[in-house]
Amino acid sequence: MDSMISVIRPDGTADPEQDPGLPEEDLLLLYRKMALLRAFDEKAIALQRAGRIGFFVPSAGQEACSVGAGHALRDGDWIFPSYRDHGMALMRGCPLETLLGQIYGNAADPTRGRQMPSHWCDRSIRLVSVSSPVATQLPQAVGAAYAAKLRGEKVASIASFGDGGTSTGEFHAAMNFAGVFETPTVFFCENNQYAISVPVSRQTAASSLAVKAQAYGFRGIRVDGNDVLAVRKVVGDALARARDGKGPTLIEALTYRIGPHSTSDDPTIYRSAEEVAAWREKDPIRRFAAFLSGRGLMDDASIDAAAAEAKEAVRKAVEVVEAAPPVPFESLFEDVYAELPWHLAEARDALLAGKE
Amino acid sequence: MSEKSYRDAVRDALREELIRDERVLILGEEVGVWGGTYAVTRSLYDEFGGKRIIDTPIAEAAIIGAAVGAAMGGLRPVAELMTINFSLEAMDQIVNNAAKIHFMFGGQMKVPLVIRTPAGWGQLAATHSQSFEAWFAHLPGLIVAMPGTPYDAKGMLKTAIRSDNPVMFIEHARLYGVKGDVPDGEYTVPLGVPDIKRAGGDITIVTYSRMLHVALAAAEELSRDGIECEIVDLRTLRPLNMSKVYDSVVKTHRALVLEEDWTTCGMGAEIAARIGRDRFDFLDAPVERLGQIEVPVPYARNLEALMFPDEKLVVQRVREMLS
Repeated sequence: MDSMISVIRPDGTADPEQDPGLPEEDLLLLYRKMALLRAFDEKAIALQRAGRIGFFVPSAGQEACSVGAGHALRDGDWIFPSYRDHGMALMRGCPLETLLGQIYGNAADPTRGRQMPSHWCDRSIRLVSVSSPVATQLPQAVGAAYAAKLRGEKVASIASFGDGGTSTGEFHAAMNFAGVFETPTVFFCENNQYAISVPVSRQTAASSLAVKAQAYGFRGIRVDGNDVLAVRKVVGDALARARDGKGPTLIEALTYRIGPHSTSDDPTIYRSAEEVAAWREKDPIRRFAAFLSGRGLMDDASIDAAAAEAKEAVRKAVEVVEAAPPVPFESLFEDVYAELPWHLAEARDALLAGKE
Repeated sequence: MSEKSYRDAVRDALREELIRDERVLILGEEVGVWGGTYAVTRSLYDEFGGKRIIDTPIAEAAIIGAAVGAAMGGLRPVAELMTINFSLEAMDQIVNNAAKIHFMFGGQMKVPLVIRTPAGWGQLAATHSQSFEAWFAHLPGLIVAMPGTPYDAKGMLKTAIRSDNPVMFIEHARLYGVKGDVPDGEYTVPLGVPDIKRAGGDITIVTYSRMLHVALAAAEELSRDGIECEIVDLRTLRPLNMSKVYDSVVKTHRALVLEEDWTTCGMGAEIAARIGRDRFDFLDAPVERLGQIEVPVPYARNLEALMFPDEKLVVQRVREMLS
């Protein structure tokens, strides 16, 4: 379980043994979404630095993970992502305005300004928001998969998390439940080498994270997390097995967070410039571009055009979202319960009276 | 005396106790190389090394559980929970183990443990903006400290580390930058002893932690109109020592409890009940409470701004109580 599956070889060609054989339009779609995700991240960081948003969790360097996994999902599958997986939402068709609106927490936010930025929820694609404390979504992903199994739905759930998440009690409990109940769950661990400042060597003494699956009685696989085709293949296979009633899989995707943990972090304190530079060489977008160029599907001009198009789409979405008004103050009292109870109606009216 | 931030005062207490007693160690997430999410433990890793300033895997239950074990095993661990919200992940270790072991084991085992953790808010939203001090103050066996000034934070933390009891030491994210006078030499502040932070004869404001500063600002404003507030800073929530509150109420005949937490089943409820029972005849009005609106804390800045009592609201409530 310590060996790693790759598709795109160093020379830019695909390993025919592992190539998922996606049609050309899907290959180009994957590329466009990765470029869009990168543009989204760069803009969000700039917006935070300019004080226009409060906080953001970037995913630069990990686009192959979220976009590749997102592409393998089907309608009806449940998504329990980590806060670094907005690429899955983008890939599943969540509009940019929805993602950006959540970051702004204004009237453009379908979740009504309730959660910190990077906590996206979209019922239409069965995307469940992360609750911040790491790995708390894992048991929920098992439960949603179990419910689907009991209801006879041929769908799976995917739970994504980082290397740090594997240290939690929830990881153990969720993996154990999934094994015992054979739930259609894919545990997708993006090992980006650091949990904020703490290296993966401080999270486990095991030879890999994938090997942990063995103790729970199901498969563990390691995949090259900077290779979108490899992620697409391995996650696609695992989801298909899950939907077919063959139980859960743990996937460890080896990748690297190029930027900070969040806009509140300064990674220069705990990582060397050389280490970051070495990983930049393995940039998943550049690597995929080399593959597509080799296949004759893209060239320098279309690569530049895709980047420009992504940038423009993000710019337009920011314009729309920034024009939205603040969330109305009455909404503060709504959704605490399924219906507005009398005591919160009274509290709302008292606050309103006090404001006048 | 030197002027120091609350953050530096806490760090000085940790550093002095690490030097004074080799059994003291710090463990938690990001406390070492990074120096703590709120930079409280910054530089301690360089000075004391990785054996005493320990970056742990992410697992709050294991951080507190290991600290409980290490405390029974002869060390004096100071465990940091990155925010008090993450204490939820460690609740069984705190409630059923740290707080009760000495009692359950017939006094055979001691748990000299300090759990340092900040409450606080500031666009941190529903899951990261909570206080929970009332939850911990509910528990026999635990000492709950919640200092509001750099002086108290340093002196009380030193006492907490030297205590043979488990101490929940609740700091506040929005206090770390607040400055105040701190003695240059060795001193300690006892646990379980409130402090009068401002004397006055018209009304008693009972408070603690960050709300102390809101109360002080409101008192300053009210004083311009000749209304003198007496501010009792509880400092320790369990054991809850009411003597200074009672002395003050006997003098002022009115009390307002100011807390940052939700008021239902909160510290104010306890304090109001005790004043009502023990000093009923001295009251000219019911004991009042001010706390946050009883909904989860939202992210949106315009809504969050409505959530917590501010100086203006305290001034308004005091005027109502005196009219």
